[in-house]
Amino acid sequence: MTNVSNFKRLPSRHDASVTVFVEGQAVQVQAHDSAAAAILAAGLGHSRTTPITGSGRAPYCMMGVCFECLVEIDGQANTQGCMTLVREGMQIKRQQQARLLTDSQHD
Amino acid sequence: MTKSSVPDTQGDSQYDLIIIGAGPAGMAAASTAAREGLTVALMDEQCSVGGQIYRAIQHTALQYQQILGADYYAGQTLLAAFEQQLNAEQSQITYLPNSMVWSVEDDLVVSFSSGEISHRLRAKKVLLATGAMERPVAFPGWTLPGVMTCGAAQILLKQSALAPAAPLVLAGSGPLLLLIAAQLNRAGVAITAVLDTTPKGRYLKAAKYLWGALKNPILLKKGLGLLQELKKSGIRYERQVSDLKAIACEQGIQLEQVQFSVSGKVQQIDCNSLLVHQGVVPNVQLSRALGLAHQWQALQQCWSPVRDTWGQSSHADIFIAGDGGGIAGAVAAECQGQLAALKIAEQLERINPQVLVQQTRPIQRILAKQLSIRPFLDQLYQPAEAFLKPLGDTIVCRCEEISADQIRKIAAQGVAGPNQAKAFCRAGMGPCQGRMCGLTVANLIADEQNRTVEAVGYYQIRSPIKPLTLSELADLAD
Repeated sequence: MTNVSNFKRLPSRHDASVTVFVEGQAVQVQAHDSAAAAILAAGLGHSRTTPITGSGRAPYCMMGVCFECLVEIDGQANTQGCMTLVREGMQIKRQQQARLLTDSQHD
Repeated sequence: MTKSSVPDTQGDSQYDLIIIGAGPAGMAAASTAAREGLTVALMDEQCSVGGQIYRAIQHTALQYQQILGADYYAGQTLLAAFEQQLNAEQSQITYLPNSMVWSVEDDLVVSFSSGEISHRLRAKKVLLATGAMERPVAFPGWTLPGVMTCGAAQILLKQSALAPAAPLVLAGSGPLLLLIAAQLNRAGVAITAVLDTTPKGRYLKAAKYLWGALKNPILLKKGLGLLQELKKSGIRYERQVSDLKAIACEQGIQLEQVQFSVSGKVQQIDCNSLLVHQGVVPNVQLSRALGLAHQWQALQQCWSPVRDTWGQSSHADIFIAGDGGGIAGAVAAECQGQLAALKIAEQLERINPQVLVQQTRPIQRILAKQLSIRPFLDQLYQPAEAFLKPLGDTIVCRCEEISADQIRKIAAQGVAGPNQAKAFCRAGMGPCQGRMCGLTVANLIADEQNRTVEAVGYYQIRSPIKPLTLSELADLAD
């Protein structure tokens, strides 16, 4: 995991009391963090690769609009990381390239 | 907050009012409607109330209140009023967090997913309070990890007390750019530079709307105060910045540098984080999917659903409150939520027309003040042409990786509009369903064909407005 891009925790009212696994690596985060916040805190760099060219992307809007934070959470592919709260033991993995199964539903 | 379990929806429940979105408009509407005796279901896709502006207001992560400032914590008053109604004995409000609405039909049946299960509710009236989103503006390199919106950074501050990696540069135009810069600075986060892309001559152009702005001197003063705060901070502040580019590191996987021009001179700053902002626009996905009438807002350079002064849309039983109907900010959203709720209470014969007039007059006065400053701000911070109409291989559709040139090419070939463009090149067909590229695609077609954006139109949005799993769809089959 590269750490050039990791977000810094400012003085907080909450404890870092939840352990999640970002690409297999244990990271201490706060219970109110989203999975997208957790990957930014972990300094994951890109959190998905695109289905078309395989280019790397990371969370962009943090409010459920852009779908750039799609990750695999506990085995569930294409989950919006910014809309999912962390849980103890959560496994967060990069969403790799594969085209969405839901694609044909919204043309 | 306790009363939040999903009701049994096998049979269609009947509410007086379903509110979609628990930001300032939705919370205010819910409290007001409940107070007038209406049964209310309040749905929101987040895990807690507040929307984006008051994100995490129940459990703000930051230890020090001065970072976000008084305007943010004003949301606690709204929250207290809402919680009082919610937790009252025989509460009229059913609050449904983590509920992702994916369809609202003409007959006011609302379909949503919660806990990976689909539900359906019906009401006599529906209020859309889906708020705003940041205006997606394509520029070279905006898809690189390390680039994110100012709004995203603010959400991370509020909910998680997280600050972007250093070195940090902010670029764009608008009040939120200045606000987040000031907030990060108060938090002790080092900002290498703020690049203001507001084009030359905008103050002059906006001056004709100054009279309206002066009706709200407090808000005007706040804006000037932010500028002064930044000036005092000593942060490098570049004005009339153009040709913004995010440059990748050698491997191409991460932001390394921001490039820009000031007075024709190209400059670079090394950075790991670039926060961008070009104003906010209504999130019209749901109002579009419903087929409600929309109008082009030339000053705000965006579409908004048509609504009357009560918030009533082109569908008699669907109301819209807050920024989802046109950008006016949190205080206006709260007022609009109250006004819509009261009008609905009157239509459902819970209050009489005289009471409606009495109760709404003071709210309308506050709202008028909030609205009076908008034309000035909208003109001043209208995005520069280059952001609205990108060139070359700049990615426009982030999901399908369609460039400005690709759109321009099919536009030059005579594509009829955004919907045909979608069929020709897949722009707008990815998971975001055109949220990120819709305005830009329309602008590019308009640019190439010498038409107005208004004439070019917008994507036809269809339900489900969020990608669903097959099992979520199948839930509703029986």
